[in-house]
Amino acid sequence: MTMKVEEKLTRNAIKNAKESHIRLDQTICRTCVERPCIRLCPGRLYSQSEETGEMVVEFAGCLECGTCKIVCVRKSVSWEYPEGGFGVQYRYG
Amino acid sequence: MADDKLDAVIVGGGLAGLAAAYCLGEAGRQVLLLERGDEPGSKNVTGGRIYLSPIRPLLPGFFDDAPFERHVVKEALTMVDGRNTTLLSHVQDRWRHPPYMSYTVLRARFDQWFSTRAMEKGAFIVPRRRVDDLLWEDGRVAGVHAGGEEIPAHMVLAADGALSFMAEKAHLRQPLVPSRHAVAVKEVYGLDPGAIEERFGLDPGEGAAHLFMGSVTKGRFGGGFLYTNKESLSLGLVLGMDDLMRGSEEFDVLKQGSEQFDVPSLMEDFESLPEIGRYIKGADLKEYSAHIITEAGAGGLSRLFTDGMLVAGDAAGFALNMGVTVRGMEFAVASGVIAARVIDEALTKNDFSAQFLSLYEKRLRESFVMKDMETFRHTAEVLANPRLFTVYPACISSLLEAVFTIGEDPRKGLYRSAMDATKKHVGVWNAFKDFLSLRKI
Ligand SMILES: Cc1cc2nc3c(=O)[nH]c(=O)nc-3n(C[C@H](O)[C@H](O)[C@H](O)COP(=O)(O)OP(=O)(O)OC[C@H]3O[C@@H](n4cnc5c(N)ncnc54)[C@H](O)[C@@H]3O)c2cc1C
Ligand code: SF4
Ligand code: SF4
Repeated sequence: MTMKVEEKLTRNAIKNAKESHIRLDQTICRTCVERPCIRLCPGRLYSQSEETGEMVVEFAGCLECGTCKIVCVRKSVSWEYPEGGFGVQYRYG
Repeated sequence: MADDKLDAVIVGGGLAGLAAAYCLGEAGRQVLLLERGDEPGSKNVTGGRIYLSPIRPLLPGFFDDAPFERHVVKEALTMVDGRNTTLLSHVQDRWRHPPYMSYTVLRARFDQWFSTRAMEKGAFIVPRRRVDDLLWEDGRVAGVHAGGEEIPAHMVLAADGALSFMAEKAHLRQPLVPSRHAVAVKEVYGLDPGAIEERFGLDPGEGAAHLFMGSVTKGRFGGGFLYTNKESLSLGLVLGMDDLMRGSEEFDVLKQGSEQFDVPSLMEDFESLPEIGRYIKGADLKEYSAHIITEAGAGGLSRLFTDGMLVAGDAAGFALNMGVTVRGMEFAVASGVIAARVIDEALTKNDFSAQFLSLYEKRLRESFVMKDMETFRHTAEVLANPRLFTVYPACISSLLEAVFTIGEDPRKGLYRSAMDATKKHVGVWNAFKDFLSLRKI
């Protein structure tokens, strides 16, 4: 009955930048066992690609909370705010 | 060159930045606020409820026509133990009469209103402009870089929120580590005002603040909230990052270790509680947001000033996460106002040295901002006690079960029931230790 997060994200107003504001260092990710980014991202935007085994982040749905930047203690995540006027625009907040 | 400089540049149009812009505008200073969102407020998330008593004296009369949602007259706390719940609800008659103690608020609307007020005072507020870096001159902060331009200023105020890249660039901020932060998710549901008032038992215009603790966080530090707005409900979870990062085995007291505990699933489980379903039934999800909260209290503060720059609001670590409730908005407004006054004095004296700016910390120490942070310094430690989020709600649930159930066996006395519940769930010695630690907060 409850809505899945993928559908919840469609309710948000987002202006997407062309380039991702989140970059991962795959050499670091390969050595990461716990992968907290997957469980802790509130948008469920992190996943491991079945084909390549690489970590993928779907930046277009990003809520700009910064959680992944903090919980990635191995420092694979380079994260900055999207350029001014881009990214999620909360209408309620 | 000195003449090309603005009096002050403010990074971030949240409550701290807007309060500072308003005051500097009022003081007749040339002040520019840069905000990366489409409008001030469009990147900001709060629970939320704002307490006005601490900040009314700082900006007398200012909040009288603010677009708040509802004044809170009803406080409720639900302790959740699996599918069993215990509800405490409290109404103070005093809260029904002005001046109201606290209001629910939606930041997109509130921050835009605040920004209009600041512009009326002469502050320049430029949205859609991200500040990329600080501008340095002779080892001191001397303005900012934004969108490829250099913007020189006598003073910079970093009011850029909990992730504060500006405080980091000036080497003022504490490192961002999971143990000092919580992640919060929030949903806004559109609902007719009449339905809100009926479901929460409120008169028109009145609001409720409903908090949830216990197994909503699967035993982890944090809690849930449900606030009534004019035409919507704000529902959310606050979750300590450190606890979330650990494996589920450590939290198997609730025998829920095998369940999923990723953040989106915790939110889905929370929504599916019958206690929540009854309020959000038929309501339409309007928005899904997330934000971090700094939670280390006074221990997690950044350094507050350096040559040419001050830090205010969440950027400075001025937030208190008490598990079920979060306070930060009053601190943001107050630190913004205090920063503006110190900047105004620095401009008058033409002294932007760290030595002079230390006045800012002194003023904050004299205000409720640092006093409250100090008072609640122990809260983080005490609240880190997992029993508070696991066994106590379970204990209360068994106690009430014992009190209200009439079965075949003869009833035990209340004292026996209470001792049995305590022994079973907590252990009397632990309960006593917890009682002692709670006296600290
Ligand atoms: C879910 C949740 C519930 C909460 N509940 C409550 C509550 O009930 N009561 C309460 O008092 N507090 C609550 N808080 C805390 C409160 O929301 C914050 O303490 C408060 O918003 C801090 O205000 P601020 O102005 O310091 O920062 P923010 O409101 O975060 O504003 C920072 C601003 O800076 C902008 N910015 C950042 N970097 C840049 C840059 N480089 N260039 C340009 N602009 C930039 C951002 O876009 C943003 O507008 C809650 C927080 C959360 C997340
Ligand atoms: S936590 Fe960091 S290192 Fe580990 S998988 Fe995620 S992004 Fe990579
Ligand atoms: S910032 Fe938040 S929403 Fe965006 S990818 Fe990181 S954890 Fe997910």
